[in-house]
Amino acid sequence: MNIGVFVCHCGSNIAGTVDTEAVAKAALSFREVVFATDTMYACSEPGQAGIVDAIKTYDLDGVVVASCTPRMHEATFRRTLERAGLNKYMFEMANIREHVSWVGKDMEANTRKASELVHMAVEKLRRNDYLEAGEFEINKRVMVIGGGVAGIQAALDCADGGLEVILVEREPSIGGKMSKLDKTFPTVDCSSCILGPKMVDVAQHPNITLYTLSEVDSVKGFVGNFDVTVRRKAAYVDWDACTGCGECTTKCPSKKTPDRFNEFIGNTTAINIPFPQAIPKKASINADACIKLTKGKCGVCAKVCPTEAIRFDQQDELITERVGAIIAATGYDLFDFTKYGQYGGGRYPDVITSMQYERLLSASGPTEGHIKRPSDGAEPKDIVFIQCVGSRDKSIGRPYCSGFCCMYTAKQTILTKDHMPDSQSYVFYMDIRSPGKNYDEFTRRAMEEYGARYIRGRVSAIQPKNGRYLVKGADTLLGQQVEVEADLVVLAVGAEAAKGSNELAEKLRISYDPYGFFMEGHPKLKPVETNTAGIYLAGSCQGPKDIPSSVAQGDAAAAKVLVLFSKDKLASDPQVSNVKLVRCIGCGKCESVCPFGAIEMVDFRGMPKASVIETVCQGCGVCTAACPQGAIQLRHFTDNQILAEVNTLCL
Amino acid sequence: MSLCYAYYPGCSGLGTSLEYDISTRALCRNLGIELVDIPDWNCCGSTPAHAVDHLLSACLVGRNLGIADDMAEARELDGIITPCPSCLKNLKTTQYRLADPEFHRKVELVVGRPLRADLPIKSVLQVVVEDLGLQALAQLVKAPLAGLKVVPYYGCIMVRPPRIMQFDDPENPMALDNLLTELGAEVLPFPLKTDCCGASLGTTRKDVIAKLSGRILDAAEEAGADAIVTACPLCQMNLDMRQSQINKANHSGHNMPVFYYSQLAGLAAGQGETSTMLDKLCVSPRPLLAALAGHTGEGA
Ligand SMILES: Cc1cc2nc3c(=O)[nH]c(=O)nc-3n(C[C@H](O)[C@H](O)[C@H](O)COP(=O)(O)OP(=O)(O)OC[C@H]3O[C@@H](n4cnc5c(N)ncnc54)[C@H](O)[C@@H]3O)c2cc1C
Ligand code: SF4
Ligand code: SF4
Repeated sequence: MNIGVFVCHCGSNIAGTVDTEAVAKAALSFREVVFATDTMYACSEPGQAGIVDAIKTYDLDGVVVASCTPRMHEATFRRTLERAGLNKYMFEMANIREHVSWVGKDMEANTRKASELVHMAVEKLRRNDYLEAGEFEINKRVMVIGGGVAGIQAALDCADGGLEVILVEREPSIGGKMSKLDKTFPTVDCSSCILGPKMVDVAQHPNITLYTLSEVDSVKGFVGNFDVTVRRKAAYVDWDACTGCGECTTKCPSKKTPDRFNEFIGNTTAINIPFPQAIPKKASINADACIKLTKGKCGVCAKVCPTEAIRFDQQDELITERVGAIIAATGYDLFDFTKYGQYGGGRYPDVITSMQYERLLSASGPTEGHIKRPSDGAEPKDIVFIQCVGSRDKSIGRPYCSGFCCMYTAKQTILTKDHMPDSQSYVFYMDIRSPGKNYDEFTRRAMEEYGARYIRGRVSAIQPKNGRYLVKGADTLLGQQVEVEADLVVLAVGAEAAKGSNELAEKLRISYDPYGFFMEGHPKLKPVETNTAGIYLAGSCQGPKDIPSSVAQGDAAAAKVLVLFSKDKLASDPQVSNVKLVRCIGCGKCESVCPFGAIEMVDFRGMPKASVIETVCQGCGVCTAACPQGAIQLRHFTDNQILAEVNTLCL
Repeated sequence: MSLCYAYYPGCSGLGTSLEYDISTRALCRNLGIELVDIPDWNCCGSTPAHAVDHLLSACLVGRNLGIADDMAEARELDGIITPCPSCLKNLKTTQYRLADPEFHRKVELVVGRPLRADLPIKSVLQVVVEDLGLQALAQLVKAPLAGLKVVPYYGCIMVRPPRIMQFDDPENPMALDNLLTELGAEVLPFPLKTDCCGASLGTTRKDVIAKLSGRILDAAEEAGADAIVTACPLCQMNLDMRQSQINKANHSGHNMPVFYYSQLAGLAAGQGETSTMLDKLCVSPRPLLAALAGHTGEGA
């Protein structure tokens, strides 16, 4: 075998702390290496051309590139080999950037370690086989999880592109946070006026199947062929029969049910339709508040419903959908403001969250758009807004910026002045972060035209005083303490990952960051892809985002799905497990350890043998480790190859 | 499970806040908590020492910790406790700083003995509320403080800094609230429960005390309280002993008794005024207690 080795400088990324020339020279002494060189940027056009030339000139059978992580460029170099006429699996990569140059500064030690990594790669390559990818059919349906504005946008784009779409939303209606907003920055146009029509489009689109009050139960399969089981939770109403007339909601005697949609300001009935523009506009029963379901009495709704839609005995239902791609658009949740004891959230009735304030501003909210204090219904005059509650605060584990609070606080001060011209707003802020198009102009307008008084500094405490609140803080620009008296305090609560997002990520087998937000494939170059093929992200589930960016991401995710589905077949990965039948004793250990259910036991001439379902196998290699006979081997990562690497290092 | 602690009364416990010390010992006895005084203990340096020199402060505390180490050799101890938040803060801060080997070595050098300093250190309040639990307290109550409206005042160091004190919520602690509720008192929400009373500035800047402690008295009045309940000798002194000074400076007319929680616990346990040493308070609680039938004149 003729092996060629290319040691990349990666500019000064590697060459700064690794003597790449020495590594190349060392490589020449490894078995079967006939050519070795260092190169400035192996992945660049001249770099790749150099590899192709060397393959031809030195009649190479295999190539090792020592450079960055395979995540970045393994696919690139495999294509280079194919261009030169080699099987693309006759390639190995040694990661001497992340594993060497970026973690140590000692040139001598680094050079030695890099040479050893290259040596290991060479020994593995000597045992590589030619592998051929198969092909498999893809199912051109897509599931969108989460029906906020990002999910709605993605669903509509895919559906308009001719795909069948299944939209899964866990609340009774789609719309997400945006459906609760009054007006939206930076144009101050009515939120439901721009979102409403899109929600109706979802309901009416022939290509979209909508499951609300539903959650993903399990995900099996792989890109092109996912089987997703969706749990449709009991609404205790037959939605095929329910016409949304609302007869039941007016008669239900359980009138003290916490109103989720209105952020628990005010109450609703046990059977309810969350808001007038809800999609689908169907009634559902809150089982915890329903007198019939908790105490066995009542049943008024069943008596008054003209279509006899009430089903007290309804159960959760599981439906399995086969799709080729999944878009996660599960958005965010809001920080639990009671964690700041000093602000009295949860204890003082007139210390409320920004989202509760949106509901107070909204004409369809609990006060029909009149700003009233929750405690006594009086109209407040002095309102204090506190930004960064649950953002940019390491002490409570939220060091990141929530991105949209500066803007929505400015919006709320503008709307406050519009509602109540003789009111005065005060905003405690850390910095104003408003980098979007027309955003800085917007926050300036709040200050200059609407007279909101901005005070730079954190609030230390809020104390009730004579029926109002004393807000104590510091003005860090003046360098002095300030106290402001307020009738109402609005906390700009930050964004955090949606509840249950970690569990969902695990079902989808995608990564999440320490705060629970889903991880994109690459922070710069793959913003809507994940590291799991066929699964894409849109909106705030990836990190806090305002509406324009959420919508843009929804569009982008849909475009990615359409690109994926532009082919009829996808190439399967040949790096999967393979059973040597003569060695297999049929013990079934591999079957029981496989996390993907990719192994089944079959009957072979009267004896049980393991058999790999190649399209399901993810190439994790757990079975190889479990097999007592060494009968099941992961192609491209056989025991022999891994032992060769270890021996190279240790013997 | 019976609890036994090395007890650090602190200097004020033997002087200005004798009633706190006595009533705390009584409370512990009633609850079956055994207290063994740290023999030959010395002043922890209180506020001045740590403000001047961390090493000095740690060495003053270190000697006491060393003696407690010896006690723990002799018999099993559940830890060290003190009623005074300031002593507590010095004890805990020193223990925290001793985790640094370099600092530990220096302190041992000055104190002239090896230090383990690994006993848990807590306030009496924390032990009663967390280790013993409020149920134990409930069994003690013979004469519930029904009708008594109080605001709990923790002061600023009982729960702070949270990383060192490791007790309750630093912004909205509830230990005293829950304890007093258990004693049958009506506990009113008190937003200033962790604000500073002015602490030792009482000796140098009376104007600061008048402002800060005055605000606490105002807020207690506004909340509709009959009395303030404290857990700190210095807070108690500022609010109680200086109340007339504060009234003069602020043109206010407060006449609000300021109890230690341990005194109220004694009252609720039916001990009567004398053994709880209510006569040590500057603002007399007598009219208030007289108004509450059932708690008066037993004179145990
Ligand atoms: C007070 C406030 C005011 C704001 N004002 C503005 C503004 O004026 N302009 C602006 O641009 N932005 C504003 N924003 C930001 C705006 O809310 C977000 O940009 C937008 O809602 C993001 O949309 P999304 O679809 O990513 O997430 P979301 O709106 O959170 O939607 C996610 C959806 O997924 C669902 N979901 C979650 N988990 C699951 C699951 N496991 N299974 C199924 N479904 C699930 C949720 O129920 C929800 O319906 C504001 C935010 C706040 C807090
Ligand atoms: S359940 Fe019946 S009464 Fe209620 S909205 Fe539906 S159709 Fe109307
Ligand atoms: S049965 Fe339940 S939902 Fe129906 S009216 Fe009664 S309380 Fe309301």
